[in-house]
Amino acid sequence: MEDFASIPDYGLSWLEASGDHADIVLSTRVRLARNLQGQAFGPRARVNDREAVLQRFRACAERCESLRAGTLLELPDAGVRTRKILLERRLVSRDLLGEEGEGPARGAAVHLSGADPLSVMVNEEDHLRVQSLVSGLRIEEAWRMVDRLDEELGRELPFAYHSEFGYLTSCPTNVGTGLRASVFMHLPGLVLTKEIGKVLQGLGQVGLTFRGLYGEGSEVVGNFFQVSNQTTLGKAEEDLVDHLDKVVRQVIQYELHARQILMRDALGVTEDKIWRAYGLLRYARSLSFEELMNLLSGVRLGVSLKLLPGLRVYTLNKMMIFTQSAHLEQAAGRDLPQTESDAHRAAYVRRVLATEGYVPADDSASGGESPDRPEG
Amino acid sequence: MSEMVCDHCGSTDAVVHLTQIVNNEMSTYHLCEKCAAEKGLETTPEPAGVPLTDFLAQMGHEQVEEAETGGNQCSYCGLTFKQFKETGRLGCPHCYETFSYSLRRLLRRVHGGTQHVGKVYLPPDPSASEMEKRLEGLRRRLHRAIESEDFERAAELRDQIRSLEPA
Repeated sequence: MEDFASIPDYGLSWLEASGDHADIVLSTRVRLARNLQGQAFGPRARVNDREAVLQRFRACAERCESLRAGTLLELPDAGVRTRKILLERRLVSRDLLGEEGEGPARGAAVHLSGADPLSVMVNEEDHLRVQSLVSGLRIEEAWRMVDRLDEELGRELPFAYHSEFGYLTSCPTNVGTGLRASVFMHLPGLVLTKEIGKVLQGLGQVGLTFRGLYGEGSEVVGNFFQVSNQTTLGKAEEDLVDHLDKVVRQVIQYELHARQILMRDALGVTEDKIWRAYGLLRYARSLSFEELMNLLSGVRLGVSLKLLPGLRVYTLNKMMIFTQSAHLEQAAGRDLPQTESDAHRAAYVRRVLATEGYVPADDSASGGESPDRPEG
Repeated sequence: MSEMVCDHCGSTDAVVHLTQIVNNEMSTYHLCEKCAAEKGLETTPEPAGVPLTDFLAQMGHEQVEEAETGGNQCSYCGLTFKQFKETGRLGCPHCYETFSYSLRRLLRRVHGGTQHVGKVYLPPDPSASEMEKRLEGLRRRLHRAIESEDFERAAELRDQIRSLEPA
């Protein structure tokens, strides 16, 4: 399957903005790392090892009820843009796509299940990475989905398992359950009130960690954070999932509290930030992705605070995905150099906001009494 | 490895990258851990960004060497302990046996223990003891599901247990 246009919905069910606190928690992901017995792990696997893993997975996927309807996409055969789109939808990792210029190694593949939030990476650092990506805060549900699929896979495939260490993984930081649950959060209130440092430090103390949008090593952009469990061994899966859920709900409370403080002590400044962000998005002619993410952060805060009533969270989620460079290229039907990409991005955003984001000019809401209306 | 210069103090180990919009202008700062902390942007004490390899490099050489005599290389995939220390990645499932002494120390530091207590895997062709362990694991999860009044889950687990128990 070379043409991604025929499978356009993969990995997008989380955009729907359902699930708890969908304005603050964009999505929840749970992944399990699994390896096959008697095979070298990804980094040391040779071509024939990798092909053997893929072949066994393929045979299993054909028998496996939850996977039968899906598509197994071999990445070396996929077009460059298709691969990038998969990355932008967080269905594959950078590692799986290989070094720039070299492309994915033989045997690198991803199994996609259409509208279903389940996907499987094959021949990444671990032989299999089973993941589910759902909208809002639904850690438990996402865990159940991967758990069921793992049960099915485990009946067919001999997993590398050790009675003491549990499921064996290439990196010892994943061993045991092989489970990484992560919640993608928008925390502008904590950033603006400068409480975020304390919160992030607190996460470290309770065995959690945080990252940017694209996982390990990536930058925090636009006040978006991925919070996940740090340890994978010594606790049952249900406990890891429960713990993350509890802590994330606590962080949401902190965030809501910070927003209350903003509204109480800095309403004018906050409103100004939000409306400026909206204005730039609505009228800008060129936007880099980073700038867009920062502006979307402001607008998202406005939607949460009901200051921009016409906009839906779904629209904001959609803008985050479809404004990434490979998605813009897909829509344009050709490669786009940076400057053109920025122009296409701005045009896409203007179009979406014109049709889905009607926001009446806000002259009445706080006009007369706003104490810190910008001079000019 | 990034070699970013800290915008605040000029040291070459900027690890925190902050993008903000102030007065409508976007700016990106690169800060070292110390300066980031001063600005209230502390990273976690053990951030995911700290490579496992740095941690491994700190492991006491003497203990490792004495424990690894004769076991310095995995007989299955050929990975040496030195290579593991460099990359932080094991070569194959067998490496866990080969390097078990050092790994236990590492796992205790990273995870706080070495004993897996989650799902018990049942291989496609299980032995009697594997079956028993699996049942134990399932009963533990069933108990937990009932305690948290998750009856749908409990029913599912009960079915799994029944399918494994001798008739």
